[in-house]
Amino acid sequence: MNINFRRGLDLKITGGVAEGAPMTTITPRSIAIVPDDFPGFTAKLDVKPGDTVTTGQTLMHDKIFTDINIVSPVTGTVRDVVRGERRKILRVVVDTAETSAEPSKVNVDTTSAEYIKRAMMQGGVWVLMRQRPYDIVPSPETVPVNIFVTAFDSAPLAPMLSAEVTGKDAEICAGLKALASLTTGKVYVGVRASNQRALPAEVERVEISGPHPAGNAGVQASAIAPVNKGETIWTMDIVTVARIGALLLTGTAFWNTHVAVTGPDVITPTVIKTIIGADIDQLIAGNVTDTLRHKRIISGNILTGHKVSEDGYLRYPYRQITVMDEGDDTDEFMGWASLSSEKMSTSRSFFSWLTPNKSYAPDARLLGGKRSMIMSGLYDKVMPMDIIPEYLIKAILSGDIDRMEALGIYEVAPEDFALCEYIDPSKLELQKIVRQGLDYLRKELA
Amino acid sequence: MLRKYLNKIKPNFEPGGKLHAFQSVFEGFESFLYTPNSTSQSGTHVHDSLDSKRIMIIVVAALMPCLIFGMFNTGYQNYLCAGIEGSVWEKFAYGFLALLPRIIVTYVVGLGIEFIVAQWRKEEIQEGFLVTGILIPLICPIETPVWMLAVATAFSVIFVKEVFGGTGYNIFNVALTARAFLFFAYPAQMSGDKAFIASEPICGLGGTVTYADGVSGATPLGQLATGTTELTNAVGEPISTLDAFLGLIPGSVGETSTLCILIGAALLLFTGIASWKIMLSVFAGGLAMGSVAYLLPSATYPGSSLTPWDQLLYGGFAFAAVFMATDPVTAARTGAGKYIYGFLVGVIAIIIRVYNTGYPEGAMLAVLLMNALAPLIDYCVVQVNINRRMRRSRTGAQ
Repeated sequence: MNINFRRGLDLKITGGVAEGAPMTTITPRSIAIVPDDFPGFTAKLDVKPGDTVTTGQTLMHDKIFTDINIVSPVTGTVRDVVRGERRKILRVVVDTAETSAEPSKVNVDTTSAEYIKRAMMQGGVWVLMRQRPYDIVPSPETVPVNIFVTAFDSAPLAPMLSAEVTGKDAEICAGLKALASLTTGKVYVGVRASNQRALPAEVERVEISGPHPAGNAGVQASAIAPVNKGETIWTMDIVTVARIGALLLTGTAFWNTHVAVTGPDVITPTVIKTIIGADIDQLIAGNVTDTLRHKRIISGNILTGHKVSEDGYLRYPYRQITVMDEGDDTDEFMGWASLSSEKMSTSRSFFSWLTPNKSYAPDARLLGGKRSMIMSGLYDKVMPMDIIPEYLIKAILSGDIDRMEALGIYEVAPEDFALCEYIDPSKLELQKIVRQGLDYLRKELA
Repeated sequence: MLRKYLNKIKPNFEPGGKLHAFQSVFEGFESFLYTPNSTSQSGTHVHDSLDSKRIMIIVVAALMPCLIFGMFNTGYQNYLCAGIEGSVWEKFAYGFLALLPRIIVTYVVGLGIEFIVAQWRKEEIQEGFLVTGILIPLICPIETPVWMLAVATAFSVIFVKEVFGGTGYNIFNVALTARAFLFFAYPAQMSGDKAFIASEPICGLGGTVTYADGVSGATPLGQLATGTTELTNAVGEPISTLDAFLGLIPGSVGETSTLCILIGAALLLFTGIASWKIMLSVFAGGLAMGSVAYLLPSATYPGSSLTPWDQLLYGGFAFAAVFMATDPVTAARTGAGKYIYGFLVGVIAIIIRVYNTGYPEGAMLAVLLMNALAPLIDYCVVQVNINRRMRRSRTGAQ
């Protein structure tokens, strides 16, 4: 199957990793797991500060489905459990041990779907998947009508996923076969045409072309078989599939990952082999121009990533760190009247239209005041799904559940609105609005 | 320097400062001078440079050819009717002096209300009136008394925009409502023979206008409505299609020159600020209905004698198509809706113009009527998307 997305936008940002750049390996001194990165998962702790844990050992489990675990990606000692308001767990920090130990393993029995699911939950890979509706960790009680796997990341400056799963063909094959047994429908794998990876017969290969957000599994799903009311689909990337496969083959998943250190303020953009949840300080040390004052460090890409402090940690599901200017110390005189070609914009009201292939080094300013929705039809230009974004956003803002359903809220995730948020001249926080809408709906319909 | 001064006086306007009552005004000026350096706190970390200030300034820029030509034409018509000679610069200066107080008064009244409301609501000042304030003098006859402009502006800004929640929430186009208010409240001053040509000298420029027997200062459409089919200018010379295209005819200040309107349209379309779907379909609708009227000529309705092309050139049709119908807040918002909305604006404008001899021009009423119907059109278009989803959902569940 071939799908060509016409609507979307590839933002051109400086600081991409050059092709063939050498890779370094960094073993983090400590890692952190942030339960908020797994929406729908309510964390209950299984460890306390001072405990020693091995790779694959349970750190926390879900309050409702107690089999769903988040496991430690390293062997080491639990240093800290940081809690916020009402004792909510903000993050669990584990110091990495110098010596390696045998990882914890789960018993794997692939003879039935139920056994496979239990192994995935206990082995810590279940939380890496997402379901729609609601864009949350899948509920083990529902059977997905289809599963969508994306084999590439189209976000600005994103690393190549194919590099990360090189040599993991057996794992991917095992993972895809297992997933195929968990759905009543099909497993679709979205790839770029250049990716000639051999796929097992159980899954359908879908060649995707077009600009970002073509690499989002949810966007691919909307073009292949959109989720209907009452249905559930799962979405994930190819690395998650490899982790599932590794778990099912060996009883333990792998937790190392590639991280692209990118962005306008990175001296040498590079890819680092490390472990998920790694300490960011170590990954960017010595590789950022100037000091970190007035810099923004993002765990993830510039569209959907999290702003973190320099002592922060790599957040799931990102394999990317972007460093750019915060811009809060910039005084731009009458920027709205600018005739400069340095202004990054999709609008031809700026002279940057003269240089369509130029890359920019933007900062984090909103570049305007928040307004009500004035312009119409702008969101549609970057929204490849069969969704009318303006009306869905308005339905969410007015809390009208019937209208949200009718306008397709079950099909969307906040990340699908990232580009709309970028181009919005009214500077509305669209991803936040969509997240709140999904959470509201889930609460009301529970 | 300026930045330092602003930083120095800023504390006065913050809560507890002695000028706190003017916080919105201060913020308005500050964000006008310096792009706000507030940074993204959730979601996307980068934002497009386009903001509502940029959008509004592009529309103002697109109006400049109409404004400048309108000034010249105001002088040109006065000199023509007064029977005196004058250079291009003298005519322009006359028009400039005639229009300047109108623009100032509209801005002062409109922005004053905006500032007060913004401060009252503790919001930022919104830019919408930057465009409205220049549109209102452009769509009113030059002889409209300045106090009427002030009343109409105040009425329109308060009752059409602010009571609905401000820029972005209004149902009707603010500038057009101001004109409609004048049209219905003061019909004598807003139409007829004398409204469209400045009649008095200003600061020694121009002359006093006296009309010869048998001619009047009525607009071409006004002449048609009274049954005249030989269109003339204010001194009785026949008007050609070229005159109408260039704009050397009596009419509201900004609407006469189709050429200048098209220059503005080119800017709006190139920058993508106005919707080409709306603009194109207004002209398509006007041509279609103009053709129907032309092919079925009727002595009862002299407007039907105009060719479809002339229908687009005369009166406020082109101005309404380019600057009024495309107002994103009051127009249809869905893609398909824009075609329907635009086409109906064009059709209704010509219907009113030709078949209702009480109103020589229909563009204003057509846009206002379609403003009211735009949500209905959008409702239907959105419903198609909803129905498609429902159908898919039903077949999917089986």
